[in-house]
Amino acid sequence: MKDDVTIINCQLINKAQALKDVSFEVKKGEIFGLIGPDGAGKTTLFRILTSLISADSGQATVDGLDVATDFRELRKHIGYMPGRFSLYQDLSVEENLQFFATIFNTTVEENYYLIQDIYKQIEPFKRRRAGKLSGGMKQKLALSCALIHKPVVLFLDEPTTGVDPVSRKEFWEMLKKLKTEGVTIVVSTPYMDEAQLCDRIALIQHGKILSVETPEKIIAGFPKKLYQAHSENNYLLLLEVRKNPEVKSAFMSGEYLHIVFNGEADETVPNLKEIGPSIEDCFVYLIEN
Amino acid sequence: MIMKKKNNSQFFAFVRKEFYHIFRDVRTMLVIIGIPVIQILLIGFAISTEVKNVEVAVYDPSNDEVTNRIINQMDASEYFNVTRRLKSANEADEVFKKGQTGLVVVFCEGFGERLYHTGDAAIQLLIDASDPNHGTTVSSYAGSVIAGYQQELLQETNVPVRINPEIRMLYNPEMRSAYNFVPGLMGMIFMLVCAMMTSVAIVREKESGTMEVLLVSPVKPIYVVISKLVPYFIISWVIFIIILLLSVFVLGVPISGSLVWLNIFALIFIIVALSLGLLISTVVKTQVAAILASGMGLIMPVMILSGYVFPIESMPPILQWISGIIPARWFVSGAKKLIIEGVPVRFVLKEMLILLGMAILIITVSLRNIKTRLE
Repeated sequence: MKDDVTIINCQLINKAQALKDVSFEVKKGEIFGLIGPDGAGKTTLFRILTSLISADSGQATVDGLDVATDFRELRKHIGYMPGRFSLYQDLSVEENLQFFATIFNTTVEENYYLIQDIYKQIEPFKRRRAGKLSGGMKQKLALSCALIHKPVVLFLDEPTTGVDPVSRKEFWEMLKKLKTEGVTIVVSTPYMDEAQLCDRIALIQHGKILSVETPEKIIAGFPKKLYQAHSENNYLLLLEVRKNPEVKSAFMSGEYLHIVFNGEADETVPNLKEIGPSIEDCFVYLIEN
Repeated sequence: MIMKKKNNSQFFAFVRKEFYHIFRDVRTMLVIIGIPVIQILLIGFAISTEVKNVEVAVYDPSNDEVTNRIINQMDASEYFNVTRRLKSANEADEVFKKGQTGLVVVFCEGFGERLYHTGDAAIQLLIDASDPNHGTTVSSYAGSVIAGYQQELLQETNVPVRINPEIRMLYNPEMRSAYNFVPGLMGMIFMLVCAMMTSVAIVREKESGTMEVLLVSPVKPIYVVISKLVPYFIISWVIFIIILLLSVFVLGVPISGSLVWLNIFALIFIIVALSLGLLISTVVKTQVAAILASGMGLIMPVMILSGYVFPIESMPPILQWISGIIPARWFVSGAKKLIIEGVPVRFVLKEMLILLGMAILIITVSLRNIKTRLE
């Protein structure tokens, strides 16, 4: 039972960011998603796991190393990509990569195969300053820099926030490829649609883990029937539906209203149709209960 | 051995990166190189050694043949114009304050009588020395006019007479000439380049989030900060040499002491300034705070308390005592000795040891302050 990342009762008591009873395990070679809204404590959790800050109490091990006591050794084996673009804007693409390779005691050539697919997309711009890259290219460069030393575990804090949909899709394809190289990936995202792409996800809200499961199981665990509805004015419809005592919960999801009834569905709601739940539905349901 | 080699290459990667940061930031480069050059040149051009048509006021209570001849000779020279006659010696102060008069000549009572009878007469020269170079020149020209007359008198009468010119420099009695400012200027520039620039450079990494990435790497945080100091150390030395060259060739400052010791002494001070920058960077979180801390905490005291602007000897005792903890004060006093007085190095041993002690203390404190994690 040698798990790659094992986190047990990691607690951080902090006025701004409170993590309470966060406990989960990540298995070797999986893509583990931390899904939750802004301010849920994702970044704090990442910083504890990457030894950047200390937890107030509790214990966490990454790759068998305690994040509090073995941090020197740990820092040789992990890769971390913070949510904010954190490379040198005034260095070129190539110089950034070279620099990070050197400080991790390796060379670009040594692990080039690992970043090849990503890096060759930005290679035409290798002499450009990193600050002048587009958002998607910046993320690709940051990922390349975080990967250049072939980390055992890769921590990605909201890597796709502020990135266009096409680049986001490409980014997730890269993560899948990395997984086949045996890299364990812990990734956080506020986007529910990305949750489906993880092997297992932890739903986190207000510093608490609501559920740790595979996306399929989370969806299968949805206890009620879910309906969608829509009308000319969805907002008015939402207000109306919420007044209905039969309705357990209702919220807007894109162009539709998603409704859960206490008992039988109220057929008077316009354009009512039963649908399968998504991660978002499960998340909302978990929060409300 | 392999590990050591790797550490070295890490270190060089950091230093190279730091040079990229500096050279690619054109504005910073301009500040670093521009400020010393401009300051030195400003001081250089502000010095005017040409003295012509200085307005002279005379107080002549004896009003005899001798005094009139002296006054006429003075007026006849191209250097002086006698424009005013004073009614009392007390008027001299007033006349100076009006600003046009550069020299007041005060004869003693019965000047001619005394000169012929006792062979000894007193003349007082009051000189506005707020521009020190100007003041010295005026004094020597006036002295030579008087000496010339004395010579003349000797040939005419064959009586050995002595005119005693008593020279008083007003407003700048120490005769602090412009090049006396060079050591103080160096002290200030090193604070600017070393302390301010390094603290900003280190804090920039915190602010831009790159420190986060560096901390999650095998590199020890101490290497990160020390590698920041190296480029600024080199640049400061280059600036020191630029200032020295400009001082010698533009200002004509004679460097009378040992150049080698002067360099060693400056390098010690540069290390002190760098470690102050390091200390600030371990305490503050934003670049603005770093600039404020180094500006208010370092550069202001250097200007006011190091003896650069105000002479330490004329400060109240409490300020003199406070100036003792300001590294630049010891640098300025040591550098003055080495550059202007040209004394052997053993006379600046005290300054050198104090600066070394400060360097060791500050470095120890800041290295203890370096964090291996985010706050």
